[in-house]
Amino acid sequence: MKQQSAAAVPAIELKGVSKRFGSVVANSNVNLTVYKGEILSILGENGSGKTTLMNMISGIYFPDEGQFFIDGEEAIIASPKDAFDYKIGMIHQHFKLVDVFSATENIVLGLNEAGKYDLAAAEKRVSDICERYGFEIDPKKNIYTMSVSEKQTVEILKVLYRGADILILDEPTAVLTPQETDKLFAVLRRMRDDGKAIIIITHKLHEVLSLSDRVAVLRKGEYIGTVNTAETNETILTEMMVGKKISLNIARSEPKNPQVRIEVHHINCTDRQGAKVLDDVTFAANAGEILGIAGIAGSGQRELLEAIAGLQKSDSGAVLYHNPKTGNVDNLQNKTPLQIRELGVRLSFVPEDRLGMGLVGNMDIIDNMMLRSYRKGKGAFLERKAPRDLAEHIIEDLEVVTPSANTPVRRLSGGNVQKVLVGREIAASPTVLMAAYPVRGLDINSSYTIYNLLNEQKERGVAVVFVGEDLDVLLELCDRILVIGGGKVTGIVDGRTATKEQVGLLMTQTSGGEQA
Amino acid sequence: MRDVLIFLCSFIAVAIKQGTPLIFGSTGEILTEKSGNLNLGIPGIMYMGGVCGVIGAFFYEKSVGSGELNPFLGVLIPFVAALIGAGVLALLYSFLTITLRANQNVTGLALTTFGVGIGDFFGGSLAQLFGEGGSLSVKRSSSLFRATLPFAEDWGAVGELLLSYGFLVYLAIIIALIAAFVLQRTRVGLNLRAVGENPATADAAGINVTRYKYVSTIVGGAIAGLGGLYYIMDYAYGTWSDGSFGDRGWLAIALVIFALWRPRTAILGSFLFGALYVLPAYLNFGENRMVQYAVKMLPYIVTLVVLIVTSMRKKREHQPPQSLGLPYFREER
Repeated sequence: MKQQSAAAVPAIELKGVSKRFGSVVANSNVNLTVYKGEILSILGENGSGKTTLMNMISGIYFPDEGQFFIDGEEAIIASPKDAFDYKIGMIHQHFKLVDVFSATENIVLGLNEAGKYDLAAAEKRVSDICERYGFEIDPKKNIYTMSVSEKQTVEILKVLYRGADILILDEPTAVLTPQETDKLFAVLRRMRDDGKAIIIITHKLHEVLSLSDRVAVLRKGEYIGTVNTAETNETILTEMMVGKKISLNIARSEPKNPQVRIEVHHINCTDRQGAKVLDDVTFAANAGEILGIAGIAGSGQRELLEAIAGLQKSDSGAVLYHNPKTGNVDNLQNKTPLQIRELGVRLSFVPEDRLGMGLVGNMDIIDNMMLRSYRKGKGAFLERKAPRDLAEHIIEDLEVVTPSANTPVRRLSGGNVQKVLVGREIAASPTVLMAAYPVRGLDINSSYTIYNLLNEQKERGVAVVFVGEDLDVLLELCDRILVIGGGKVTGIVDGRTATKEQVGLLMTQTSGGEQA
Repeated sequence: MRDVLIFLCSFIAVAIKQGTPLIFGSTGEILTEKSGNLNLGIPGIMYMGGVCGVIGAFFYEKSVGSGELNPFLGVLIPFVAALIGAGVLALLYSFLTITLRANQNVTGLALTTFGVGIGDFFGGSLAQLFGEGGSLSVKRSSSLFRATLPFAEDWGAVGELLLSYGFLVYLAIIIALIAAFVLQRTRVGLNLRAVGENPATADAAGINVTRYKYVSTIVGGAIAGLGGLYYIMDYAYGTWSDGSFGDRGWLAIALVIFALWRPRTAILGSFLFGALYVLPAYLNFGENRMVQYAVKMLPYIVTLVVLIVTSMRKKREHQPPQSLGLPYFREER
């Protein structure tokens, strides 16, 4: 395959492509070549610019700099329609399908085929494509009765039906079971042998190694390089992916007298589709310590925190809370947040979705403070004095930039919203503080403010759980790092001695020892 | 036995006449809702269609004076006036909800109040200025709308059942059938349904969401306006009086749910609702007004039952379009 393609004209070639969003560089000077009849993997961590790059190829974004060449000729791809005209098809992570339509209706939607609208003929053509590549799907089946893998098949059929020669798949295996993944790979190999160029975005190393012919690696928007799969291994790829460690100078004190505060025992969770999101998770979070949680996005971090906070039902297991005041040990599993609070557990939670779960955007800072204290006060009337003081206190201490305490939170910038939220959660003087991606979207200064706040809480003897995405931050801030992959704990390492490669490798291990 | 049959034929004929405004109204509302717009302004739009039709007919009659009406113009002018009046109101709704993304429920309710108010204003003013005895009447135009085939009366009960209606009754059925065909069997219908179900997906598939929403809402509104036109020009013999249109607009909206968003079912539903509407007049309750009002509630009760049953069965095909009532924001790029 490689020998053939090396001589051939590339299906698509990118030269010096860059894309910025405001001051954030999403892609810088990316060079990429994909040949007909090969599978190229694009490997990179979260935020490395994989999806942005693919969105440029598929016409959703327009590059700031650089050129595209398709079949050796320069191509301008300004809209999804242009991409389609160049026979480029993208299968997004989030399916774009109409639930009450059949597979075929979804496939022909928006097409302007010549002649009469004939669903039966279209169904026949869909069946032909299915037969050719080995898809198993009923063209008449309605989307809402389909499994995730079937929906994905419809998405792939959609681009094939439109005659795509270059297929881009954005993390296609993230939602599939291992068996479904094998089936998908078989189909992709058949399409490759049929002469199609296939680009697959992924961060699962074993999939990269088993499926692709070549691997291109991106790191923080930079193009690192392309290697032949046959000439590489996991260690080399991980190094390319995570890069060298960068020093950030985040303060980290030695934990004083750490005691177990929360013990999670063999927690299992399933999502609404019935897929396992947490698989036998066991760990302990200590008072006076920052426990980092590292993992590829969507590996179960959210569910884990919510299971502890009483927002996510778990199927089995236990969440034990060691109460420092009474010395009692309470099981929090499957209790509501109110029940947890009534047990005397002072748990603070800074969720990932700040304005969705943490704060109410249309209410002002004072009212948002009251979301935690509305049960206080006597009688039917609200106590407004204390929350007003708290709001003013937070604005002053954390340097929140806002016209007044009466400004709706929605109008504040991301960093200030986060300060309000973290400030409120800390003001509840918690014994456990859980923060999910608290510095996401924040500038450097606000990020350091948040790190300092977390450190302060740690020194006060709070058990801090910090879910992060930047490995450099995790390695400098946390005392211990729990790595989660595919809903399983793949390892717990010491933040002082662990290396970036070690954590990176654990993150990409989705299934323990199964991989090659 | 023969008497019963004749009675039945005439009852069904009345039910059909009573149901026709509902066919127009519900077909228009189905087209609108299929694009994801919940237009609660339909009662106002139907009212507007009615009053504009009357105004058109009135001025045409006035311009002709005591001379003979041209039958073609006599129908065309009120017809076009109704389409324009209703269409403009639907355009206003579209502009507010699609372009300005105003809340659909609030906008719709405001339009209903507005349509009824402005209808009464113009209808009432004209009646006061030119009418006789406080009501506005366009009897001559009305007789054009009520014209039936010349041999209809010779056919007895069958003639009454099938041929005793003005042309708008047949037009209502034809429009509903065309709407059903377009929705189910054409590419335009597929695209329209996609817009109402999942506008983001439709957008990604290259469908112009805004255009589909505008066109279907305006066409839907214009069709609903014909319901008002039929009511005034045919059913009410061309006599305008405030508020006589009643709650027919709301019935049309209820009927959309009853028909599970299918125009063909809406035809039958309209006749059923029409029958329930006139039933009290045919049953002799004597002094017992309570039962009479109870019977009048039946269409709404039937709608509630349908809602409960379909919600309980959770069959996806029987649910409203998924993004009904939601404004569409294209994701920022």
